[in-house]
Amino acid sequence: MAAATLSKAKRRKQSNFGQDNLVGYLFIGPWLAAFLLFTFIPISVSLLLSFTDYNVLANAGEFIGLDNFQRMFFEDRRYWRSVNATLKYVVFSVPLRLLFALAVAMLLNTYRRGVGVYRAAFYAPSIIGGSIAVAVMWREIFGNDGLVNFTLNVLGIQGPNWLGRPETAIWTLIILAAWQFGSPMLIFLAGLKNIPKHLYESAEIDGANAWQRFLRITLPMLTPIIFFNLIMQLISGFMVFTQAFIVTQGRPLDTTLFYALYVYRRAFEQNEMGYASAMAWVMLMVIALLTALVFRSSSYWVHYEAGEGA
Amino acid sequence: MARIEAKAPAGLSAPRVIRPAVPWYQHQLARSVFYHAVVGVTCFFMLYPILWLVGSSFKPPDEIWTNQTAIIPKDFYPQNYPNGWAGFGGISFATFYRNSLFYATFGTILSVSASAVVAYGFARLRFRGRRIWFAIMLVTLMLPTQVQIIPQYIVFKQLGWLNTFYPLLLPRIGGSAFFIFMIIQFIRSIPVDLDEAAMIDGANKFGIFLRVILPQLTPAIITAAIFSFYWTWDEFLVPLIYLNSPELYLVSLALRTFSDPSGQTDWGAIFAMSALSLLPVFVIFISFQRYLVEGISTTGLKG
Repeated sequence: MAAATLSKAKRRKQSNFGQDNLVGYLFIGPWLAAFLLFTFIPISVSLLLSFTDYNVLANAGEFIGLDNFQRMFFEDRRYWRSVNATLKYVVFSVPLRLLFALAVAMLLNTYRRGVGVYRAAFYAPSIIGGSIAVAVMWREIFGNDGLVNFTLNVLGIQGPNWLGRPETAIWTLIILAAWQFGSPMLIFLAGLKNIPKHLYESAEIDGANAWQRFLRITLPMLTPIIFFNLIMQLISGFMVFTQAFIVTQGRPLDTTLFYALYVYRRAFEQNEMGYASAMAWVMLMVIALLTALVFRSSSYWVHYEAGEGA
Repeated sequence: MARIEAKAPAGLSAPRVIRPAVPWYQHQLARSVFYHAVVGVTCFFMLYPILWLVGSSFKPPDEIWTNQTAIIPKDFYPQNYPNGWAGFGGISFATFYRNSLFYATFGTILSVSASAVVAYGFARLRFRGRRIWFAIMLVTLMLPTQVQIIPQYIVFKQLGWLNTFYPLLLPRIGGSAFFIFMIIQFIRSIPVDLDEAAMIDGANKFGIFLRVILPQLTPAIITAAIFSFYWTWDEFLVPLIYLNSPELYLVSLALRTFSDPSGQTDWGAIFAMSALSLLPVFVIFISFQRYLVEGISTTGLKG
């Protein structure tokens, strides 16, 4: 009897769930249409293109099986140089950015006067970070007669040709990325403010010093935020384009030919859209795999407070 | 810091505060000075490149290379601005600014208003497939542009839409996943009681959205609009692909051509136009800083 009423109630609830079917789809309609037209279909087409030698000028292409992938992995030397450059950039710029972001967030996690101004100042480089103006400026700063070498010269040091040497060029872009730690900083700051004060107070009573408090309270409590920032920064790190396009143009010797830049060149400068699509799909797979790995690893190092969403 | 207050005998003035002996560096004032010195100097180094750019844009041609490190020019030379504004190929920066303003304004209106509509659907309406579509929307945040842009380009080219703004604006009709997500979070914080009260009064879902939810969304919409405006203002890859004729150039594309090291030697003018292109973003940043900080802190938007 009771079970019957329950299942009836359940059924009613289920039909309740679909009560807004039409209105619901009307409201999300714009997104759904745009998703299908400009994301889903293009991505599927891109997969098909990756098995062809489609050339946009001729508007023709033939099915060539796995040739694009064969060429990419076994014949194209530049491809591996671009993979190398991208990995190096991500491996150095992402941790540096997160480190600066956390350090500055901890400095700003106080209620002193003027903190708001500092916060804005530290965030300012990030807000203009993607602009061409900053890239142009960076090219000048690290140019042969640029600001950095001028300053070194005053100090009696002969500065290297930063942008022209294979060992140094990529570092100018890594520094540019590290300089723009504003958004992870703000997210860390919000996270730091959420850590309950009583944890620190009881630790202090137990005689924990500042370093121990950081290691045992701050860091574990921040792991959900570190996790979130890591994912976001990894993804945007792999897609870096504009800075390299303007500052180094992939030079010298392809040491800054980042993946996205190489895809752009193949697709829009050499018109090899089939090959470029294959490269883009490999990039999609690698990003998906890495994101999945980080998600998988999170159960080992991300600490969630019971009942508290991050 | 521990403070010991001596009990003042009745009738005497305010209680005397006896501070325990602490080393000077632990005093409140010393700590404060130290804090502001460290953070202030770090801040200065962070901002130095930007200040340097603005300073250099006012230096006369010879001073740009001889007095490089200075932020404040010896000779004030505003002539760089009109020199730069003249542009290239007979097209002045007035055209580029008009294009950028049109694109950033129209693109922002399009993507933010669509985002608000879609967000309401996801946040308040119960329909089949809602969870799946929501999950798919979050996944699209992680997609590299490169996998979508090549087929898009092929189709837009077939349609004859190269050198028009359609390929840039049309994909925005569905809003942006970032803003949809942000506005959903915001709508969830609005009590459902209001919706229900309106429903009892006979309002349908559209009425609830327009009269109950939308008026309360103002802060979220402002935040989304600011982000949208400055992302659109800085956009580079997509305009680079579709806009090839200089009359259609956005400021970002124009700056790239203008500063081409092989063609241009008037660095004062390049610095002037670079600094000027940052101005709209800075003005918005300074006037709406609070919204930006809240937007990033609460939803983790990238900047």
